[in-house]
Amino acid sequence: MYKEICSKYEATKDNLIYILHDIQDTHPQHYISDEAVTAISEYLSIPPNHIYGVLTFYTMYSTKPRGKNIIRLCESPPCYIKGSENILRKLKVLLGVDTGETSKDGQFTLELCACLGVCGNAPVMMINDNVYGDLTEEKVVEIIEKVRRGN
Amino acid sequence: MKTLADLKKIREKAQEEMKLRGGNVRMKIVVGMGTSGIAMGAREVMKTFLEEIANRNLTDVLVTQTGEKGLSSMEPVVDVIEDGKDKITYGNMSPEKVKKVVVEHIVNGRIVSDFVVATGN
Amino acid sequence: MSLKRIDLLICCGSGCISAGAIKIKERFHEVLNEKGMTNEINIIETGCMGPCDYGPVMVIYPEGIFYKKVTPEDVEEIVNDHFMKGRPVKRLMLQDDEEQAISAKKDVPFYQKQVKVALENCGYIDPESLDEYIATGGYEALGTVLTTMSPQETIELMKASGLRGRGGGGFPTHIKWQMVHDAKADQKYYICNGDEGDPGAFMDRSLLEGDPHRVLEGMMIGAYAMGASRGFFYIRAEYPLAIQRIKQAIAQAHEAGLMGDNIFGSQFCFDAEVRTGAGAFVCGEETALIHSIEGSRGNPTPKPPYPAISGLWGKPTVVNNVETLGNIPTIYRKGPEWFASMGTATSKGTKVFALTGDIRNTGLVEVPMGISLRELIFDVGGGMVGDHKFKAVQLGGPSGGCLTTEHLDVGVDYETLKEKGAMMGSGGVIVMNDQKCMVNVAKFFMDFCVDESCGKCSPCRIGLKQMYGILERITNGDGREEDIDELIRLGEAVNKLSLCGLGQTAPNPVLSTLRYFRNEYESHIRDKACNTKVCLPLIHFDIDKDKCIGCSLCARKCPVNCITGSRDEKYTIHQLDCIKCGNCQEVCPVKAVGRIPGMHPEMIAKREADKQRLASED
Ligand SMILES: Cc1cc2nc3c(=O)[nH]c(=O)nc-3n(C[C@H](O)[C@H](O)[C@H](O)COP(=O)(O)O)c2cc1C
Ligand code: FES
Ligand code: FES
Repeated sequence: MYKEICSKYEATKDNLIYILHDIQDTHPQHYISDEAVTAISEYLSIPPNHIYGVLTFYTMYSTKPRGKNIIRLCESPPCYIKGSENILRKLKVLLGVDTGETSKDGQFTLELCACLGVCGNAPVMMINDNVYGDLTEEKVVEIIEKVRRGN
Repeated sequence: MKTLADLKKIREKAQEEMKLRGGNVRMKIVVGMGTSGIAMGAREVMKTFLEEIANRNLTDVLVTQTGEKGLSSMEPVVDVIEDGKDKITYGNMSPEKVKKVVVEHIVNGRIVSDFVVATGN
Repeated sequence: MSLKRIDLLICCGSGCISAGAIKIKERFHEVLNEKGMTNEINIIETGCMGPCDYGPVMVIYPEGIFYKKVTPEDVEEIVNDHFMKGRPVKRLMLQDDEEQAISAKKDVPFYQKQVKVALENCGYIDPESLDEYIATGGYEALGTVLTTMSPQETIELMKASGLRGRGGGGFPTHIKWQMVHDAKADQKYYICNGDEGDPGAFMDRSLLEGDPHRVLEGMMIGAYAMGASRGFFYIRAEYPLAIQRIKQAIAQAHEAGLMGDNIFGSQFCFDAEVRTGAGAFVCGEETALIHSIEGSRGNPTPKPPYPAISGLWGKPTVVNNVETLGNIPTIYRKGPEWFASMGTATSKGTKVFALTGDIRNTGLVEVPMGISLRELIFDVGGGMVGDHKFKAVQLGGPSGGCLTTEHLDVGVDYETLKEKGAMMGSGGVIVMNDQKCMVNVAKFFMDFCVDESCGKCSPCRIGLKQMYGILERITNGDGREEDIDELIRLGEAVNKLSLCGLGQTAPNPVLSTLRYFRNEYESHIRDKACNTKVCLPLIHFDIDKDKCIGCSLCARKCPVNCITGSRDEKYTIHQLDCIKCGNCQEVCPVKAVGRIPGMHPEMIAKREADKQRLASED
């Protein structure tokens, strides 16, 4: 399966970042396993330690299994000023997790991230590729419920 | 596309498509669409205007709508507004009358005085 | 020809989408379908219109009527009243000071002091339509340059315009172009920096999403000037819509013959592709960005060599910011004199600012350089939200600095801001009211930089961490007398010794708040008090015995049972156990519980005693 994804890209080093994105996005647990690294290393003929170097440098990659949906709450100052702390508290209670953890049902992983560039509608979070802005505690409940049902 | 002339052709056509957003508009037709106007058939009047204007490819004429104008005995009411000229108001309009106004007034600039109920502001 | 009589422009910028614009658009389609009006109304999705805080927003032409905060429930009313009967819905319009509805977009104060160059089409055209871009004069500049000007003439014109890079550094664009033009190489590259990572900046995203062809045209003009035949758009992975839009624009340009071989019949051939990041702020730094495109860790490397000499895969490369590119087509269409007539002596043209924080009109604005902060914040931005007063404004994101009321009449340009201790940066303007603690804000920016430091050079990796530690100590009530001097010393060292711009500028928020709000640091350290009541360890809760009616509600709601008392004795908080959750204040029916600046004396005494005990045990 990893080989298949790799072969969509030309075997040049500059495609590493895209292959990693692709593998992570298509994995049901949104992470990059050791087997994946081995497969990429063979395909691109670059040593695994280079791949791990890249993998750990960029915050969007995970080497640990994660939930079906990735919640990324912005913790940058404009969102903080507009109350992102309260949203974080609400999310933690709602999902029963701390940051970086995955909910028991495997549905959600809660992560913090830097500015998502939607600061005009702070506080903001992304769930997978969708952005949700002007968050309030009530809205968060609604959104989580909706995403949960969507699955 | 290989030349600036090609680009210009595309631009002119695309500008027509965007005229509602403030392009060259020679004439504006404003249909009164208050409740009584609609009851008296203003929507048909508006639709006929739109069709006639599209059929004749009159790209510099704009059709819009407005609310009640206080002329309820003469609905449907239509204003024709042209830059630098007095506003002409037609009353008791029907699709047939619209066709005539388009041919005479909009295309040829001759006011259809039989239907006029007011001029100026 | 079409029967359309109304252009309904729905803002589908990321801000409005995050506020629910897609649902509104779908609802319009539904309602118009029901009423059989689909052939009369054009629904157009545009990029960001600017006032994101009012999202979802829309403009309806030909009247140019502006609606804000539209909900799916409003759609039917808009169709019935506005589209059918010609009666715009006043309730959804903005209001002026006399609470009169403002109908036309052009009369909205938010837009009045703005001059749009880079954002000219943003929110006005359909970003997915090449034709609409062409209708506004798009690709005319490229065609003219390619058919009538030599590369050197193209550079001269750029020089005359005085355009400086909008990515933060403010480096004159023509100099970079000239350097790469003069370099001898078989291949040269043009990179558009769309990594926008400054917290509080979102202009590049909006431009890429709202007017992608403009950025592409700008890149091609520059590429022609310097002789590059390949371009890269490096866009952060957090911006999926921007990535999609620019990819689509490239495909459309190819199809129309505006890209590829012999563009406009000239010798110029050009191709571009999109590359994405994976979440690393430092990749916005140009050398780091280049390493990232090459498939490595995005670590910056020392300059020189500058990318203009040895850049992507060792070839001469120009890196320009998205907004820089967005200015280029208009400069060539309207002439360099026109552009240079705006702005100040050293900073020409306009600048896009992202207004965020405690300001009424958060969103994107474009104003001539040199505009005063007062105009920017109070006229364009509509002033402060709520009743709180203006306290400070952070300009230039994590590398910038805080300015205060005394700077409100300062003109905004590269040099002036720098002189005052702030920075233009990418144009983020974070406005703060008097409820904000500046020590805490500085700590927050420091936290960002500690997280984002790539770790390659030690001044940045270690120095910033130490600074963060001191700030944390201060906000926890453990600040020491010498901490302020230590922060300044460390800040200056990190600034001087760091490898790249991240470290060099990271101390700025701390240094500038120390410069203008030193008293706040001092009260945190000496009085153990946070006067804005933000830093929890430096406040306490107390019950006013005169007001307390002894209802016991607070005691029952206290999660740690640290409130005791009776109806007669009234209630008391046991300070040493209090976790400052604030429940008691929230539930008190007579507002007898106060949130008071300063650590409670009992607490101070206890900590003092603990300290001494520890010292004697050692
Ligand atoms: C830590 C750091 C982050 C940066 N981030 C960005 C960014 O997100 N976008 C950008 O255009 N420039 C960024 N820059 C500036 C770039 O290095 C470079 O100067 C700029 O892209 C040049 O384009 P310009 O001349 O058009 O401004 C950053 C610089 C540093 C040191
Ligand atoms: S600060 Fe949260 S989206 Fe920008
Ligand atoms: S995204 Fe709609 S106004 Fe900014």
